[in-house]
Amino acid sequence: MTFDALVKGAHCAGCLAKIERGVGALPGVASARLNLSTGKLAVVGGTGLKPDGVLQRLHDLGYEGVPFEAGASLDEDAREGRFLLHCLVVAAFGTVFTMGLTDAIWYGGDMDVGLRRLFFWLAATVSVPATLYSGQPFFLSAWKVLKQRRTNMDVPISLALVLSLGLSVWQTAEGGGHVYFDAAVMLSFLLLAGRYLDFLLRNKARGAARHLLAMQSVLVRRQAGGELETVAAADVNPGDRILLTSGERSPVDGVLEDRGTELDLSLVTGESVPVVRAAGAAVNAGSIVTGAPALLRVTARVENSLVADLARLLEAGRQGKSLYVTLADRAARAYVPFVAATALAVLAGWLWTGSGFAHALTNAVTVLIVTCPCALGLAVPAVQVAATGRLFRDGIFVKSGDALERLAEIDHAVFDKTGTLTLGKPVLENCDAIAPAILEQAAGLARASSHPLALALAAAAGEGPVTPGVIETAGSGLEAPSPTGIQRLGNAAWCNVAHDENGASLWFRDGSAAPVHFIFRDQIRPEIRQMVADLHRRGIVVEMLTGDRSIPAGEIAGQAGIPLWCATVGPKEKADRLRALAARGQRVLMVGDGINDAAALALAHVSIAPGTATDISQRTADMVLRGSTLSPLVEALDVARKARRLVVQNFILAGLYNAAAIPLAALGLVTPLVAAAAMASSSLLVTLNALRLVPWRAP
Amino acid sequence: MALIIAAALVMGLVGLAVLLWAIGSGQYDDPEGAAARILLRDDD
Repeated sequence: MTFDALVKGAHCAGCLAKIERGVGALPGVASARLNLSTGKLAVVGGTGLKPDGVLQRLHDLGYEGVPFEAGASLDEDAREGRFLLHCLVVAAFGTVFTMGLTDAIWYGGDMDVGLRRLFFWLAATVSVPATLYSGQPFFLSAWKVLKQRRTNMDVPISLALVLSLGLSVWQTAEGGGHVYFDAAVMLSFLLLAGRYLDFLLRNKARGAARHLLAMQSVLVRRQAGGELETVAAADVNPGDRILLTSGERSPVDGVLEDRGTELDLSLVTGESVPVVRAAGAAVNAGSIVTGAPALLRVTARVENSLVADLARLLEAGRQGKSLYVTLADRAARAYVPFVAATALAVLAGWLWTGSGFAHALTNAVTVLIVTCPCALGLAVPAVQVAATGRLFRDGIFVKSGDALERLAEIDHAVFDKTGTLTLGKPVLENCDAIAPAILEQAAGLARASSHPLALALAAAAGEGPVTPGVIETAGSGLEAPSPTGIQRLGNAAWCNVAHDENGASLWFRDGSAAPVHFIFRDQIRPEIRQMVADLHRRGIVVEMLTGDRSIPAGEIAGQAGIPLWCATVGPKEKADRLRALAARGQRVLMVGDGINDAAALALAHVSIAPGTATDISQRTADMVLRGSTLSPLVEALDVARKARRLVVQNFILAGLYNAAAIPLAALGLVTPLVAAAAMASSSLLVTLNALRLVPWRAP
Repeated sequence: MALIIAAALVMGLVGLAVLLWAIGSGQYDDPEGAAARILLRDDD
């Protein structure tokens, strides 16, 4: 049997060797091979091969692995890629060989007419099959749209390829000199190069989407009979009972059974303080258990576990985005009728001046060949590949080519607070106000717990011993015997303090001594202030929307330097706000991490999710940051704007070339050599221009 | 001269056939892995 897994975090030869040897040594495994380009690990083995064992071994080695189902779409992508590569290679071979034959003639010399003809026939035997084979992607696409009575860029391309070959064969038979065998096959080669770059980009984007989808296939512990079994979250059905221990995130909607617990809802509502929920309370997918282990009766499967409203909003956002017309599409729409009209005008013009049909047709086809958009076909993919490649190295995952185009257009940025502007983790605030001895005693208790507030307290106190005999009462606190009675650390009720809880806090009481109050705050990420200032400097209005209460929200907004903010905003209001901004003609960048941000992410003109975001947000956003810092965002904006400039420059370069070539071709002044040289040089020019995005690195 | 041209054509076609075979057999599926594997020793 075979088992495929996606491995995250393998980048070098060391990782590769460690993973292949580690997994290969497992019982029942015959071979393990990791594809470093795609991160896919293929394991082949006998009946003793255990998928769980492979994943566990990956975990032990320090890598995150998830089961990977190779769907039909994956094979199709691989086939498309190989087909394009085949065409590209055939076109390259045809180009080199044909040029070797015909360019000898273009450079002149006194070649015998019969020999010249032989050379043309030889060029024809290579270039005609090579062009017809490698041109298949264009012919098929042109045929498809023509059947629907529409047109696209591939129609003039196919026309130019077929007509130039036909014209050249006819000229050779007649003994003429206007043959375009080399131009035709080179045209096919250059266009395929652009097409292949475009494919690589889309393939990478789809790979990212698949990766995120696979990451969602987390495992949960389900109660079956009296025992617990480990199953994939996608296999959990309503009515099942699953066990969630402290720190685990619920992948499904459910209802708390048996007893209540404390939940961190920051991913669901944006609220930064954990809340206590009693038995029977509904729990949304994305809630993290921070209190006692909870038994959850599942009420909805994974795919139905989002609030129905939210799912509908997501769908609406996606539909809006598919209406976006890229620069390349806009160029193509203007281009096709223009070229067709020019060629027809040239044909009519020469016929009208009384020259023969053959001469008129030759010039019309020459116009088609020199205007063929090879520079245009390379202009956009070359820039996008260079830009996404550069951003990838800087830790930004761009999920589609047009996301960069949309990012370049933004004038307004909306940020979520909890987990996006802030670390999403509490930090002890009043550390200085507490006596070091008291802090150390409290930390002695706190170190025994994995509750987020206890962890924050332990982090503030630094490393040290754990008080012996600590007992944790989930949802309340910790206690341990001490010389003066009993030490307690926990919520106000646990320490017998009458206090209105306002924000995240812990109380500590040693015997009958006065209780000590520990106050925790969510901390702003250190780079945010600089990032907001950078965005302001680039002319972008920055706004913060949060589901949290207005006191902590105002504090964070003040620290970040964001004058425009709004608190207690629910998921629907966030989406409404984005719609209102879009209605005012503003192009909005949304940055968010929680489930409550997903709808807004889908609705925004373009969206970015930090690497710590929930699966749904990462899947919805157009770009995902790999690390946990937000500072690459400014760089992404700069690269996107520069990429847009380069694309426009490339269009202008290609346009200038056409503007110069069309009158010459129309007047019959373009020789085959000029056509070939102009085509190659303009393609080279736009590619080199795109490479300006790649920072020069010393070897 | 005909011989030279024929020889060039045949050599070109052989090269093309080898490259198409290499693509078909998956040798271009993992360029990064191939670059890393050359650094590994089999005997340790």
